[in-house]
Amino acid sequence: MTIARTAARRTLAVAATAALAVGALAACSTGADATGGGSPDDLDAALEAGGELTYWSWTPSAEAQVAAFEEAYPNVDVELVNAGTNTEEYTKLQNAIKAGSGAPDVVQIEYYAMPQFALADALVDLGEYGLDELEDQYSASTWGSVNVDGKLVGLPQDSGPMALFYNKTVFDQYGIAVPTTWDEYVDAARRLHAADPTKYITSDTGDAGFATSMIWQAGGRPFEIDGTDVTVSFQDEGTEKWTGVWNQLVEEDLLSTTPGWSDEWFKGLADGSIASLPIGAWMPGVLESSVADAAGDWRVAPLPTYDGTAVTAEHGGGGQSVVKQSENPALAAAFLRWLNSDPASIDVFLESGGFPSTTADLEDPEFVGLESEYFGGQKINEVLTQASKDVASGWSYLPYQVYANSIFGDTVGQSYANKADLNEGLADWQSQLVEYGNEQGFTVGE
Amino acid sequence: MSATLAPEVRSVDGRSADPASARRSPRRPHSPLRPRKSVAFTLLMSIFILYSLVPLAWLVINATKTQSGLFSSFGLWFDDEFVLFQNIWETLTYRDGIFLRWFGNTLLYVVLGAGGATLLATLAGYGLAKFRFAGRRAVFAVVLGAIAVPGTALAVPTFLLFSQLGLTNTPWAIIIPSLISPFGLYLIWVYAVDSVPTEILEAARMDGAGEFRTFFTISVRLLAPGIVTVLLFTVVATWNNYFLPLIMLSDPTWYPLTVGLNQWNAQATGVAAQPIYNLVITGSLLTILPIVIAFLGLQRFWQSGLSAGSVKQ
Repeated sequence: MTIARTAARRTLAVAATAALAVGALAACSTGADATGGGSPDDLDAALEAGGELTYWSWTPSAEAQVAAFEEAYPNVDVELVNAGTNTEEYTKLQNAIKAGSGAPDVVQIEYYAMPQFALADALVDLGEYGLDELEDQYSASTWGSVNVDGKLVGLPQDSGPMALFYNKTVFDQYGIAVPTTWDEYVDAARRLHAADPTKYITSDTGDAGFATSMIWQAGGRPFEIDGTDVTVSFQDEGTEKWTGVWNQLVEEDLLSTTPGWSDEWFKGLADGSIASLPIGAWMPGVLESSVADAAGDWRVAPLPTYDGTAVTAEHGGGGQSVVKQSENPALAAAFLRWLNSDPASIDVFLESGGFPSTTADLEDPEFVGLESEYFGGQKINEVLTQASKDVASGWSYLPYQVYANSIFGDTVGQSYANKADLNEGLADWQSQLVEYGNEQGFTVGE
Repeated sequence: MSATLAPEVRSVDGRSADPASARRSPRRPHSPLRPRKSVAFTLLMSIFILYSLVPLAWLVINATKTQSGLFSSFGLWFDDEFVLFQNIWETLTYRDGIFLRWFGNTLLYVVLGAGGATLLATLAGYGLAKFRFAGRRAVFAVVLGAIAVPGTALAVPTFLLFSQLGLTNTPWAIIIPSLISPFGLYLIWVYAVDSVPTEILEAARMDGAGEFRTFFTISVRLLAPGIVTVLLFTVVATWNNYFLPLIMLSDPTWYPLTVGLNQWNAQATGVAAQPIYNLVITGSLLTILPIVIAFLGLQRFWQSGLSAGSVKQ
């Protein structure tokens, strides 16, 4: 099942890049758009006047949010379409942008993919509608993620500051203390696997989102973007700090080879054979709903560090943007403002198990002090909201990150498969990214 | 049956008529009806049978498990709980019965797409086989060339073309490309050359039948095995069509089963993951049932079709 899925994704990615990514820069030249000159008053007027909107999202809470919105603004009719989960949706969005029609008014985009659509000039600058005034409402790292090249290209919905989720039952059984540094983590991995060869500290078969977030935490900044000038380099100190730690796990065969998000993976989380996950703060909802059998086993701790200084990175998460093809961008922006800043909408989102990006919720004593039954009564949000404050700044993704992630398995993934030095895989990834970027019209340095 | 034939002959009078043949009898005679058994080939075939049946067995077994049962039980055997019917019910009713909608869409694409493709392939293949006209060789070359181009390679250009015409995100975006089956056309053409004797057509014309009447009353019947073969191929191709609808459609209400099931499968990934593997598996089982039935029902036409024309009668 997972193999078929990976193959399908790869085909998709290849096809997407074959004909469509060409459109990314083509769209730049035709960027003489009709939008602009909006203001906050326009948004209220647009809500009053009403109209029809199409909203693409795969978030489970979207349906209830749209229903609540339509109740509050009966003149507006929002058609919710689930056009696919992440990369599938991006391919369709890219197709529609290339074709010049068929894109929705408002679309869900994860942070890592936002620069790609922003730099293709496909997204409305929400600053034109005064939404940049909402800056104080969001955590610094998510706000940074929706600001691309000086433009506000979306509003943050959720966030995923990384923390260490671990199976306390397994840790206790083998007398393993919760690691606070990565050296301790590697040590725990060795002891656990030696004590029971069926158990692994975590599973990682090479996932681009995870690797980039780990490099982010280690202080590496491999991607730099200035207009169309891009730099890709995995030779910096931060990246090497991460590969120094992770190479030990890869080369000593201490990682489970179960692919993430497969049925076997969920099974491993339930039966303890995958004992911990360094992952985004949105994980509790997933564990509660999908690994219900392991209730009481899991706990959350801050992400291990290299030198004891608390620092973490964003992993996953995203927001919504208004597409330039929209015929009613003011109404679309008004819907987006409601969706990601109105308490009525955010409550629905939190109820579905999402982790917020809004500071009001991140600092809400009720949210922070919540004792999670699934986590054995632990106040998990104390750890997770602290993590959202410890996210390192200055990170950026590539303007073709969706493509980049799609070839991660063929490059860095080979190092994982061969239990070999990750730096070699990264070097391979780097050279392909440089070549591709130059083909796409960027000036890419190493 | 043939294995018992030889001993029966000998047992007519209770003993062997020919002592020589009685001595030989432990060594089985080999004939076209009773070919020599090869251990290697039997083993090879057993591996192939296992290879094709194990995934099916896995599918059937796992369609009887709950979502958590899938994670906690051995893959090739049943769990304590048997929830097949509950799974089927959930699959059919999940998200207001979207699965039934996808099922209906798939049927629509198959009936119009595969049916239309078979009709067009039959008309064109027959025409090319039985009529002489200028440019026949050119058509032949184009059709042969078209067989060599995989449909996947054409999907993206087709998408851009259709989006210019404003047809993306409509059922036509799936049906129209499905209507073209160069392979089916070629098959009918080759088949018609041998199985529809030109003499019969001439006799029909002499008797005053028009070309259409000749085609529908005489040729179609002679071509039936070939038509069924093409129909099977196109039905399977349209039923399993994945890449084209994936690119063409963004609105789930027009998805066929293949794309819809993959969407359910993708739900298990990333932030706010909602895995429903039990429904994906049950849905897959329900999806292959009609195609299995179609194959079992149509294969006798197919067999007679493959052997027809192989021997000069």
